[in-house]
Amino acid sequence: MSSTAHLHGGIGDSIKRKEDGRFLRGKGNYIDDITLPGMLHMAILRSPHAHARIKSIDTAAAGAKPGVIAVVTGELMAQHKLAWMPTLSGDTQAVLATDKVRFQGQEVAAVIAETKYQAEDARDAIVVEYDILPAVISPDGAKATGAPLIRDEKEGQKDNHIYHWESGDKGTTQAAFAKAAKVVRLHTFYPRCHPAPMETCGCVADVNPGTGKATIYMTSQAPHAIRTVFALVTGLPEQNIRVVSPDLGGGFGNKVPVYPGYVVATAASLLIGRPVKWIEDRSENLISTGFARDYHMTGDLAVDKDGKMLALRVHLDSDNGAFFSDAQPSKFKAGLFHIVTGSYDIPTAHITADGYYTNKAPGGVAYRCSFRVTEASYLIERLVTNAAIELGIDQAEFRMKNFIQPEQMPYHSATGWVYDSGDYPKAMNVALEQLGYDEMRKDVEARRKKGEVTGIGIASFTEVVGAGHGADFDIIGLRMFDSAELRVHPTGKAMLRMGTKSQGQGHETTFAQIVAEELGIPAMDVAVEEGDTDTAPYGLGTYASRSTPVAGAATAMVSRKLRDKARKIASHLLEAAEEDLEWERGKFYVKGSPDRAKTIQEIAFAAYTNLPEGMEAGLEGVHYYDPPNMTYPFGTYAVMVDVDKGTGQVKVRRMVAVDDCGVRINPMVVEGQIHGGLAEGFAIAFMQLITFDDDGNCIGSNFIDYLLPTAWETPKFETGETVSPSPHHPLGAKGVGESPTVGSPAAYVNAVIDALSPYGITNIDMPVTSDKVWAALRSKGVTE
Amino acid sequence: MKVTMRINGTERGGDVEPRVLLVDFLRTNLLLTGTHVGCDTSGCGACTVLLDGEPVKSCTMLAVQVEGRDIKTVEGLLQGGALSPIQVGFHEEHGLQCGFCTPGMMMVGSALLERNPDPTDEQIRWAISGNLCRCTGYMNIVKAIKHAAKMNQEAAKAGSHAEAVPAGGGE
Repeated sequence: MSSTAHLHGGIGDSIKRKEDGRFLRGKGNYIDDITLPGMLHMAILRSPHAHARIKSIDTAAAGAKPGVIAVVTGELMAQHKLAWMPTLSGDTQAVLATDKVRFQGQEVAAVIAETKYQAEDARDAIVVEYDILPAVISPDGAKATGAPLIRDEKEGQKDNHIYHWESGDKGTTQAAFAKAAKVVRLHTFYPRCHPAPMETCGCVADVNPGTGKATIYMTSQAPHAIRTVFALVTGLPEQNIRVVSPDLGGGFGNKVPVYPGYVVATAASLLIGRPVKWIEDRSENLISTGFARDYHMTGDLAVDKDGKMLALRVHLDSDNGAFFSDAQPSKFKAGLFHIVTGSYDIPTAHITADGYYTNKAPGGVAYRCSFRVTEASYLIERLVTNAAIELGIDQAEFRMKNFIQPEQMPYHSATGWVYDSGDYPKAMNVALEQLGYDEMRKDVEARRKKGEVTGIGIASFTEVVGAGHGADFDIIGLRMFDSAELRVHPTGKAMLRMGTKSQGQGHETTFAQIVAEELGIPAMDVAVEEGDTDTAPYGLGTYASRSTPVAGAATAMVSRKLRDKARKIASHLLEAAEEDLEWERGKFYVKGSPDRAKTIQEIAFAAYTNLPEGMEAGLEGVHYYDPPNMTYPFGTYAVMVDVDKGTGQVKVRRMVAVDDCGVRINPMVVEGQIHGGLAEGFAIAFMQLITFDDDGNCIGSNFIDYLLPTAWETPKFETGETVSPSPHHPLGAKGVGESPTVGSPAAYVNAVIDALSPYGITNIDMPVTSDKVWAALRSKGVTE
Repeated sequence: MKVTMRINGTERGGDVEPRVLLVDFLRTNLLLTGTHVGCDTSGCGACTVLLDGEPVKSCTMLAVQVEGRDIKTVEGLLQGGALSPIQVGFHEEHGLQCGFCTPGMMMVGSALLERNPDPTDEQIRWAISGNLCRCTGYMNIVKAIKHAAKMNQEAAKAGSHAEAVPAGGGE
């Protein structure tokens, strides 16, 4: 037996994961593992150009290739009114291009054939003639006089501007800046990166010609919302659409949007009457599916003579690519960026944001992030460290001086957020102690005297996750609640289904633990299923660290509902009044007579065999949870780096991460999530970059050019914790999967900037690669 | 072309085009879907299998190149129906999250332990540096391989090992 098999598996137990068994045996069921009888394969032809008018598409040669069943073009899709589809941000996106291609990698045509090899052979035989147009690859380019109009098909669209959005108070912010003793400015670019889960996106679409029912197996983090989108796009009745998300090989936001491949495969299956599989390859994944960030940000921080923050002003230009398809709540055009005042008591702030079309892939997904919180956290934490350096105050001390204090909770921020809880000084103190900050500072000074380039970076981030209360948060109008349905079988074993979808986060274990705690059924005895829209209750899915805050809360609430019914049944079985019964995890007993007890298993059996008169049979329930507020996980990260003056190479010597995500349901799983996020933060800070040449060619279309860290580069992490339970979550939990990716990039970069600060270097945009560091040092006359 | 090889101890064969990749042969012809495709270009290691005991990326070999040779995949790791030490190590140390890279990681890990029964952290990190993981930050993968090494050493002393993790989930 495994080492934790004896554990009940309640809240706080680090039981081993229930889902591991199939993965360890190579028996996971990922999208490409699905094979249906008569299944065909689809390959997509993509644009080699960033911007070009399509003159002609000749599919004759491709159609004549062995094994080819059909060649689908935009023209054919247009006949079925499917050449364009709505995006999650209320824009439109081409499914297959009909007029122009607007980014390199855009979908132009698709081949459906008997085998994958045949489909790819025939794809290469499609002949497309293009008239190449000049490409726009940045917001500055999009704004330039005479810039080509990318979205010329949109009525009333005269330029490449998408949106203007503001938050905070312009007047009070201006007034505060006028009084400031010091204003510190940081202009920084959070570059385009890509979540790159190990499994790419894909689907198997199976439209049954007899019943008309469309079953679409799909790599989706939000299968229920996708079903609704499909119903709206295709006009199919929603009860005839079943979306099934099988095991997902990671997601990180990449598997939230609807991609053209899903729509084409479904249309092809409908037209042909056979199942169609589409699995993108890695290059297709990197060049065409949901990218992240691409924010050009300028932040100004006003400080008084005593080092107290007075006001924050931010302007950002967002590069959204060819179609505005950010997956985010519809009210907020720049996501939740207005959390940018972070962990600090800043009396007033004003944020302006403008979005632009460019000839780059659409996306703007929240890559391990709650809707642009990562960009916000990066900007404020970089700005605060720069301000501390400029003011000659220690980074930690400057933060301590300006933190929102625990007694200010719930805290109303200048941009309208209501922070639910937090003790920022405490997390800072734990991190500093764990690092041995004072000693390490002395060590840095000593090394610098010897000519070494070394530094310490700190980031004290605050996130806003768990979207969200439905009045403010929706995706295309769907309120962002989530759900849990719990069925307890006669033998006392249970089946739990939620509207979320794990991509590796361990839901099958963690959510069973919530039932174990609240209803007393051991976690081992609770099967957890998600991702099948025919069986699971409706929910908005897993992203933005919302599963535990929302579906986890729903699971607690439905467990409590069943416990209430169980109390009535126990009262009947024990012939005692309900109010005379005491609950102890797993059983009801009569007050003062602990021997007179009924276990939850006995009660479950009675729910089907021996009910009180007039009671409905069964022990089942469902709960839809609309959270009263967001949750606000936070933490302090501290990083030490050493820089090689000769090569510019940065080595992370230590990385200390103290997280406060409220109550931890399975500490082992939480720790694993933090490790993963710290590694992705490291990757973003130092390696991952999707960039483009002047013609709009994507540089970063494979794992040779788009660098992901291996075990060799990835630092070792030292973790710590504080616990500030969320006051409004039924379990006090807050969500954690994204904190380390939100908080750590600034900590890594701050360490490099701290190391370079003696030379007057104040910024290097991510990824902080050796060549950039080398050039920065050389520009200040530093040599070996 | 006809091709024959030993896979997980059993002779298996098929009729394939010369261009068919080993990973496609394993997954499509033999339905051994535990070996995954993450990149197609040798960049990620999700498709790693053992060829005559050495890790290779099966997306970058042709099936016909393996004629007459010995292949071990994740499906061949079980020992007498029970999880082998490398599998137990990944379970006990939480060395997997989404599970997609896990088969490749376990193949590399088991090959490492064959030639180095007591590797250091650094040796493990170097050995798995051809395999990418996006979920774990590698911390617990290193621990998982160490766990397996320790189990092997204890088994060598005692003469038996293997803990059970049921296929249907559970502890």
